[in-house]
Amino acid sequence: MTDRREFLRTTGAAAAALALASAPRRAEAAPRYDDLDRFQSGASKELLLEAINAAKVAGASYADCRIARFRQNFVVTREQQIVNVVDTDTLGCGVRALVDGCWGFAATRTLTREGVTTAAREAVAIAKANRVARDRAVTLAPTPAYPNATWKSPYTTDPFEVPLEQKVDLLLKSNAEAMKVANVKFVNSVLFFVKQERQFASTEGSVIDQTLIRSWPLFTATAVAPDFSDFQNRQGSEAAPMGRGYEYVVQCDLPGNARKWAEQAAEKLKAKPVEVGKYDLVLAPSNLWLTIHESIGHPTELDRALGYEANYAGTSFIAPPEEKLGKLQYGKPLMNIQGDRSQAGALATVGYDDDGVQPDEFLIVKDGMFNDYQTTREQAPWLADWYAKQGKPVRSHGCSYADSWGSVAFQRMPNVSLLPGNDNTSWDDLIAGVDRGIAIVGDGSFSIDQQRYNAQFGGQVTYEIRGGKVVGMLKDVAYQIRTPDFWNSMDAIGGKATYELGGSFFDGKGQPSQSNAVSHGSPPARFRQVNVINTGRTQ
Amino acid sequence: MTPKSLYAIAPHLSRAECDAIAKKVLSFSTADECRVSINSGMRQNTRFAVNQISTAGDNYNAAVTVRSVIGKRSANVTVNRLDDASLRAAVQNAERIARLAPEDPELLPELGPQDVPPSVQWSDATASLEPEARAEAVRAITEPARRAGLVSTGYLEANAGSFAVANNKGLFAYDRSTAVAFTTTVRTPDGTGSGWAGASDNDFRRIDPRLLAERAIEKARKSVNPVAIEPGRYTVILEPTAVANLVQLIGGALNARNADEGRSFFSKAGGGNKIGEKVVDERVTLVSDPFDPRVPSGTFGGDGLPTQKVTWIENGVVRNLAYDRFWAQRTGKAPVSAGGTLAMSGGSSSMEEMIASTERGILVTRFWYIRSVDPRTILFTGLTRDGTFLIENGKVTRPVKNLRYNESPIFMLNNLQMMGRPERVSASEAGGPGQAIIVPPLKCRDFNFTSTSDAI
Repeated sequence: MTDRREFLRTTGAAAAALALASAPRRAEAAPRYDDLDRFQSGASKELLLEAINAAKVAGASYADCRIARFRQNFVVTREQQIVNVVDTDTLGCGVRALVDGCWGFAATRTLTREGVTTAAREAVAIAKANRVARDRAVTLAPTPAYPNATWKSPYTTDPFEVPLEQKVDLLLKSNAEAMKVANVKFVNSVLFFVKQERQFASTEGSVIDQTLIRSWPLFTATAVAPDFSDFQNRQGSEAAPMGRGYEYVVQCDLPGNARKWAEQAAEKLKAKPVEVGKYDLVLAPSNLWLTIHESIGHPTELDRALGYEANYAGTSFIAPPEEKLGKLQYGKPLMNIQGDRSQAGALATVGYDDDGVQPDEFLIVKDGMFNDYQTTREQAPWLADWYAKQGKPVRSHGCSYADSWGSVAFQRMPNVSLLPGNDNTSWDDLIAGVDRGIAIVGDGSFSIDQQRYNAQFGGQVTYEIRGGKVVGMLKDVAYQIRTPDFWNSMDAIGGKATYELGGSFFDGKGQPSQSNAVSHGSPPARFRQVNVINTGRTQ
Repeated sequence: MTPKSLYAIAPHLSRAECDAIAKKVLSFSTADECRVSINSGMRQNTRFAVNQISTAGDNYNAAVTVRSVIGKRSANVTVNRLDDASLRAAVQNAERIARLAPEDPELLPELGPQDVPPSVQWSDATASLEPEARAEAVRAITEPARRAGLVSTGYLEANAGSFAVANNKGLFAYDRSTAVAFTTTVRTPDGTGSGWAGASDNDFRRIDPRLLAERAIEKARKSVNPVAIEPGRYTVILEPTAVANLVQLIGGALNARNADEGRSFFSKAGGGNKIGEKVVDERVTLVSDPFDPRVPSGTFGGDGLPTQKVTWIENGVVRNLAYDRFWAQRTGKAPVSAGGTLAMSGGSSSMEEMIASTERGILVTRFWYIRSVDPRTILFTGLTRDGTFLIENGKVTRPVKNLRYNESPIFMLNNLQMMGRPERVSASEAGGPGQAIIVPPLKCRDFNFTSTSDAI
């Protein structure tokens, strides 16, 4: 209680001092301190150590502290005009403390010695308050300490160094290309960049410094029927978000693709409505990534399987672990699903997770069989029996992540990907093997139940396949699946050359809900006899 | 359950502090126009899972957004460092970026001073909710669940903060608010039953954790071993949370510009919008009123424009759509703010009467993973969750497996049969306070379920 009041007083006092300081209107006065300079010069490392030490002195058996700067840049346009240019830049500190097997967490933007140590004591006080409702003590799987570690995303051009004119020019040029297409009346395009500079220290001796860059070009063309009876959107979802710099945005060739996407939006106005029924599906990586995310990525999160997310994200059909590990046939033997935080340019790729663990690559599904869950240091011990049977050590897969300095770290999805086949199977080969089916490109509407059985997905463009060939465009298509049936119906996948990454900046989980950025790689794949519905309704 | 210190000072910036920061930022500005927005406050939460607290945390932050306008060019910069050097750098960055930005033909001048009344969103009880009091509230759920041999999971979030906007045309507006949400999901240990209960308010004292525990425990018990039924069109009785899950989707479509541009449900065939047209049952009225004490909202928007009471749908007829300042000017209308909250009309039917009058139907607790399928009809998909029951011959007879729907709140409100008394609910999927909404339970015919789910 005392600690908390102190916390409130400190933070309130900082604001009051600021208000007073402004009264004499000394605009040129030097600041009392400059958090940013301190952060950039590395001096905030001292604050990290002060914070974890304060937590320890207050009674924590383990503590970690993250001091981080989170920056975002958006450029938003429509047609031939700018809608918004936004830069956000926040800096702060989050301290996590373990006391008698209970967690406490506190965060503050006040980056002074007093500010961070107060937050540390507040985290300990919260952990102590939580002991009244504790059943099972938290224990952490061992990890080596990394006393002086650094890591950076693989970017060559920092998007925060690219002049605004260049970004605006790229978008307006792309919009202009799209607007040349008949019936295309609106275009919305956005460039969205994220830069996270994260410093971490733990009472176990790790001090880690990482810089993450993410880039996402968004594009939507809208075609409106001349009599206002219909409108159709085409999003450029093949230009996926990536953990890369501005060089990736240039590679996406928005001006070159905009025309094609716009033509497809216009063509959708005239496309044939789909007849409901069962079809063979050929799904492009730009569509399949989201299906992998929802029907494999989420149900293999161990906290979900054990009920920790039951109130929001849900539980999992892959539970209890002892009945599913090595026993659940997820798909045919051609199906191998890898979890990793190592693919270059993927969104969840990092050097170290927010537990200070170096992530490994692991097979979630091996030759069609369910093989492992995603874990953090807190969770890996829950699978000790399974790992003992496998002759593997109990170690975290490095899936701990917090979406800001103000959020508590918990288990988040690594990159979860369908590995490509060993032969050279192409998109056309997959289509050639379908007599009556549908090919789907791009991600559309998506929804799945809280245990990840029943899902429904749309697409950006959908094509009718007859006799092994694409014969025309369809509209109002959505496929409904039952997860184990769907993956067991996958009978062919593309080879290495067809492998692509899709992904999301905004995977929500946890309460308060946090956004994780995650990629999913896959080749195109073919599924037999999947239920398709028509989503166009008039009443 | 009474919070220990009703008058503890919450760590949000006061009116005087915001005024001082705004004046300082404006003094640094060399732009034609400059707007300062200041958001500050404390976000406090306690999570529990498997009958114990899993994480809890407090997060204090304050952020300043500077919008600089040079000619017809503008840019926004946000920082959370309030020292002079950082604020000055933010102003300089905003001006530098604004100079580089292309001209915005839709840019409107900043507003002058506005008459902004204070909102009614503040509660000392919520602002001073301590970790110990949150843990106590959690125990009011975990303990009865444990005694009943059930597994409870849930989330309590309490926020207190302030928002201010000021500009160099003399505008200054300040407001503070609190919000709290408390939700729980109680499951049987073998995973064959699941029940949910939740509540949201501005004042924590209006939330009763024991009642939430009772409801969720009862639903968990009654939902055990559900049977599968054929998907298809069913009469549904929707509890208020389920109604709000769908009705709030209409709020997102009430945009005049999208309608006039031909890309909305509210677009009229041949051009224009549906203002004046009947779109749902005549018993339906939908209002946003910042001063409705049941569901209050802020009294000004991000540009400082005061928010008004707006009637969107009256007796089934579209009366208003949201017009931003630009579209209002373009079309010769007055600006209409989008509205932060929603209140729907109700009726006098009780849940018991709705059930008793139903030969065969489905009772729904709430919906989940609600995503847009077709914006032309506000068609969404999603699933039932945590308490779905079959009604036969006027009685709730057994739990049924969850169902996926593809349905529009517009179609649903056209198929309306009975309405109950409106109730404020927690309708955000993530369990946070979300948008305040008050709706009645409803009985509707022909609700479109398209597949079943094995998920419990």
